[in-house]
Amino acid sequence: MDKFEVKVFIRLRPSVLDPAGEAIKSASNKLGVQGIKSLRIGKMIEVKIEGNQEVDVQEKIDLLCDRLFANTVIEDYEYTIKKL
Amino acid sequence: MASFTVGIVVFPGSNCDRDVAWALEACLDIKTKFLWHESNDLNDIDSIVLPGGFSYGDYLRCGAIARFSPLINALHDFVKSGRRVLGICNGFQILTESGFLPGALVANENLNFICKDVDLNVITSKGRWFKKLDEKQTIKLPIAHGEGRYHCDQDTLKRLIDNDLIALKYKTNPNGSTSDIAGITNEKGNVLGLMPHPERACDESIGGIDGLYTLKSLMT
Repeated sequence: MDKFEVKVFIRLRPSVLDPAGEAIKSASNKLGVQGIKSLRIGKMIEVKIEGNQEVDVQEKIDLLCDRLFANTVIEDYEYTIKKL
Repeated sequence: MASFTVGIVVFPGSNCDRDVAWALEACLDIKTKFLWHESNDLNDIDSIVLPGGFSYGDYLRCGAIARFSPLINALHDFVKSGRRVLGICNGFQILTESGFLPGALVANENLNFICKDVDLNVITSKGRWFKKLDEKQTIKLPIAHGEGRYHCDQDTLKRLIDNDLIALKYKTNPNGSTSDIAGITNEKGNVLGLMPHPERACDESIGGIDGLYTLKSLMT
């Protein structure tokens, strides 16, 4: 079995207001950083997982993302897979 | 015949379970039984309350992990049988995360944890969960949440409206919820999820009794 490292990025869908992102944007302006047009907060989940090949891992990660990591009513996800 | 029993589900992190038991037992003389989330035996249970709190510490998303408990798995057949399920606050979040009700609850628009009494319009009579208490058809219940902003897409909102599934609306929207929604039911009407806490409005000495009817209607 090979080992893989997966990084899953979960973001609120563009249609969902992100008040925490707005608060950070405002704080960024107070820090003196100008020009920020949009700032949204997401999550990153790092998974180390075994599998015979990348496609098997992909299947498992899709299941995890659809059923647990993300709520697809409000969130989108994407991920990268790296063989270790 | 065994007396009517309301099961109150206890997850790690539930904190309104005892309040619900007090409201049902002491105020309404309805028998209750605490159900640990790992149990899946609902045979002697007639109605279920998913109480408020912070199940599994709200890790990942509110209600996301509770969905995988044996009790929530057993809840699918329970709901299909037509028995009644009431999800309050975190219980509402669990019902949406588990797919019993559409939409999702996300962080309040103003990022504050809001704890106050709110006036609510009773919208539907589906499931007969609410008694319209005055000519304005409003009730007053407390809310206490940081992530109570109801969100759904336009298609879902249309379905909620067309099928008369919106149970309660805030008179003054406190959290940015879509269409002022505070509570919804499923199509059959036997599942209700709401952010306000009826169990905290069951005695005049603590500010009102508008929650009594909803809890009593678990026996419908």
